[in-house]
Amino acid sequence: MNLIDYFRRNRTKKTAAVAKERLQILLAHEHGEGPLRDYLPQLKQDILEVVSRYVNIRPEDVRMHLEREGNCEILELNITLPESPEPRRAAG
Amino acid sequence: MSKIIVVTSGKGGVGKTTTSASFATGLALRGHRTVVIDFDVGLRNLDLIMGCERRVVYDFVNVIQGEAKLQQALIRDKHCPELYILPASQTRDKEALSKEGVGEVLETLREEFEYIVCDSPAGIERGAQMAMYYADEALVVTNPEVSSVRDSDRILGIMDAKSRRAEAGEDPITKHLLITRYIPERVAAGEMLSIDDVLELLAIPLIGVVPESESVLQASNAGIPVIHDKDSTSGQAYDDVVARFLGEERPLRFLEPEKKGFLKRLFGT
Repeated sequence: MNLIDYFRRNRTKKTAAVAKERLQILLAHEHGEGPLRDYLPQLKQDILEVVSRYVNIRPEDVRMHLEREGNCEILELNITLPESPEPRRAAG
Repeated sequence: MSKIIVVTSGKGGVGKTTTSASFATGLALRGHRTVVIDFDVGLRNLDLIMGCERRVVYDFVNVIQGEAKLQQALIRDKHCPELYILPASQTRDKEALSKEGVGEVLETLREEFEYIVCDSPAGIERGAQMAMYYADEALVVTNPEVSSVRDSDRILGIMDAKSRRAEAGEDPITKHLLITRYIPERVAAGEMLSIDDVLELLAIPLIGVVPESESVLQASNAGIPVIHDKDSTSGQAYDDVVARFLGEERPLRFLEPEKKGFLKRLFGT
């Protein structure tokens, strides 16, 4: 390390510390996601099916988002309904 | 009792083949009958690093498919009489490695060898999965760098889920962390993850640290595993790894930055 580097480096956070912090968050996230994320596509499909019994929607109208904060998980579900919904009677 | 050891990492270019070559050589130099197998079908390189590329006639896939006998495919190392190399096929694709075929070859090798070192390809596809499937122990080769650490973590998870030991409900694969391409000066400057950082992230026991060294490239150039270069830091570090693997206590070395003179420190070079 030379003199110029010495002053320049001390101004910002060391990149190794940044790397470690990023990895800690990432690995914790990847460890927890296995079985949980596996069922999300099927859940989305099921929701689409149920809602389609009543309103005409397309697959891209259902948006799902999973957020994790510490031990708390929030599943956000957004369904965009068509502008003038034509109610559809459930079969039967 | 023979042991199967996989050398794996997930990420490419971190030093798996260099490690496999030196680790297997080190075991053989201590009198243990050892075979090292290249699982990188289609991209074989262990033969080059071991310096036996011109003696390859038959390969691992030939043996699996019954086109050659195991004895015909095994190449005896020119430096150590106790060491044999089983090269990968250069022309077949990785699907040629069937679980049953690999298992049969390894069973036969167990009868004759104390240590079977499996050099895994990069990635998490068939070749890598077959290299780890039958393993008793694993050397997880990791560079102190974000993508390598992440991939090693992923490989650790796969070993616990998809290995023969995991499927049979036996004790899991014994894992050892090997940090390679370590540069103490950059760690001291806060530019590179430290040993403690990597240990904390991956949470498996450390078997050694191999410093970045010019001699690794030179060893590859010559086709002589770097462990033979007893003057080089990396050669000595690999010798320590083998000793620790065999149960010896050896302190870590080559972890301190090179001492620089006062002027050099002020103005750099």
